[in-house]
Amino acid sequence: MKTCDLPAYVIADLIKTKQVSAVEVLEDTLERICQVDGRTGQVDAPEASSEEDLSTVHAFTLVTEDYARQQAGKIDKLVKEGKNPGPLAGVPYTAKDIFTVKGIKTTAGSKILSNYTSPYSATVVERMADAGAVMVGKVNLDEFTYGSSSESSAYKPVPRNPWDTSRVTGGSSGGSAAAVAAGEGAISLGTDTGGSIRHPASFCGTVGLKPTYGRVSRYGLIAFGSSLDCPGPLARNVTDAALTLQAIAGQDSRDSTSATTPVPNYLKEMEKDIRGMRIGLSEEFFRVTYFDSESMELVENPIDPQIKDAVLSTAGFLAQLGADIVMDVPLPHTKYGVPTYFVISRVEASSNLLRYDGVKYGYRTAESFTDLRELYRKTRGEAFGVEPKLRMLMGIYLSAAQFDKGYYDLALKARALMRKDFEDIFDPRGKYHLDALLTPTAPSTAFSIGSVYGDSVMMAYSDQLTATTNHAGIPGLSFPVGFDNENLPIGAQVLGPDYSEGVLLRIARAYEKVTEKEDWRNKRPPILSKNGN
Amino acid sequence: MTDKISPEDFDRLTDLASLELPADEAEYLRKELNNQMISIEILESIPIDAEIGTAAHGIPYDELNSAAPREDISRQDPNREEILKQAPELEDGYIVVPDISYEELD
Repeated sequence: MKTCDLPAYVIADLIKTKQVSAVEVLEDTLERICQVDGRTGQVDAPEASSEEDLSTVHAFTLVTEDYARQQAGKIDKLVKEGKNPGPLAGVPYTAKDIFTVKGIKTTAGSKILSNYTSPYSATVVERMADAGAVMVGKVNLDEFTYGSSSESSAYKPVPRNPWDTSRVTGGSSGGSAAAVAAGEGAISLGTDTGGSIRHPASFCGTVGLKPTYGRVSRYGLIAFGSSLDCPGPLARNVTDAALTLQAIAGQDSRDSTSATTPVPNYLKEMEKDIRGMRIGLSEEFFRVTYFDSESMELVENPIDPQIKDAVLSTAGFLAQLGADIVMDVPLPHTKYGVPTYFVISRVEASSNLLRYDGVKYGYRTAESFTDLRELYRKTRGEAFGVEPKLRMLMGIYLSAAQFDKGYYDLALKARALMRKDFEDIFDPRGKYHLDALLTPTAPSTAFSIGSVYGDSVMMAYSDQLTATTNHAGIPGLSFPVGFDNENLPIGAQVLGPDYSEGVLLRIARAYEKVTEKEDWRNKRPPILSKNGN
Repeated sequence: MTDKISPEDFDRLTDLASLELPADEAEYLRKELNNQMISIEILESIPIDAEIGTAAHGIPYDELNSAAPREDISRQDPNREEILKQAPELEDGYIVVPDISYEELD
């Protein structure tokens, strides 16, 4: 097995004990990127069409070889000098191209930032460096994180799923999930506004952790929905997710919404047993409810039965370990998650997108213009893709006084109701007093590239099972629980009360341990064997 | 069914968003916005108790999880040149802004 396929905690240990150097691990990872990633995403480049394009991953928008070699060299020097290189010593990781990194291009997958080099680094990027991790590159995403398949990026080709390269990676942290699944970095930093860490994690068979809002600083994260955005890790196993959260969590004076709540020792919390824990299942999370524009009726569709079976089987394993499984937990406002998200996230996004103007930084139209307004209109019309345009226009429609029909106020009330649903089931003195809720992460496994993209409503409903978590601000952890009959990964998520990441990691770790002998645990993305790995 | 967002509304929105759009893209965007509005209308059916307030944030912030505001002190960024270098047009260390259009008020 190559070092790039090892867990992050093993890599760090091997480096600290001088059994392998950080530079060697980095070179293995760069070689893997060369073998499986294909063309790196470029703005306005052609979509995948050649046989090679269609069978490679395209996770990256930028491979930062020189930057990574410098970082890895520093780690090896620290080890040689007998100094502590940090808990993630020499671990190669990728960052979703929504995090600023000083001196490195930061594009948000958009033409409007295609020439932007950040003059500062995000707090999480600094904390990863402090922990000894080595950034091997920036990875692709839906433009400005707007989507659930990573197909809306201006950087083509868009990422493809390592388990089946005709399928999407999920999104919006699709490059992150694909890179982790394909061994192109042991960890990735992603962001989750309506499910954007957990959704691609489930599609690509990785672990993905959306922390409590404010648990991890948003400083240096290009904003989407400022009251919803949460940075967090994607990894191939629960321990690596815990290690990464440990490195990046905690208050930051540069983000006033970052919480001062003490950060527990997640590695210790994770290894405690789950006996006596109360874990709920809710019927509301086994169906998708939406308004059908053809029939003009509210339609309820069950999720893929293979996914439901996998989640129920997961509950069975947890029960074997001594957890109490509580059935029929009511979360009656789950069906309002996506409509509410359509309102709140759009209003916040439209405000955040007004700063891109072709004056201070970023793309500027090459056409002539007579005044500032014309410069704005041409620059923004040319350089934003359809997703940012849709979100801006909807955000303005929903918040401008001249169109106001009260939907924003209604959405904020719906948000309060979703929060109350979770408060009720996690209330220690309440009827259910759950420690966590176990649900499917997504209503389907990875769908085919091009099969949903273009229908913005259908795409949004891909997030129905994740969006309420963001409205409520609570943490959620997606982890692999098997495969469907097309050999595509299935993800389940555990949700818990504010700052309960330790509990969620504990449940996922217990499941990981009890299923380690299961056959499906030995499966690897076919793209790796095809390339002789 | 009548579209919630008419072509006239849409023109006003693109003006407010400062977007110049080709006709085919404008038509696609308006269609998608109206489809999204059908989904958003479901919010009108939520039984809302008069006591339910609005939540601009999911988790509450109080003295247990929030820091006091930091002091309001201005600091010179050490990367002034790097930041200015990102601007498409510069003159003597200033960002050049094209003429600002205005309307004469009666």
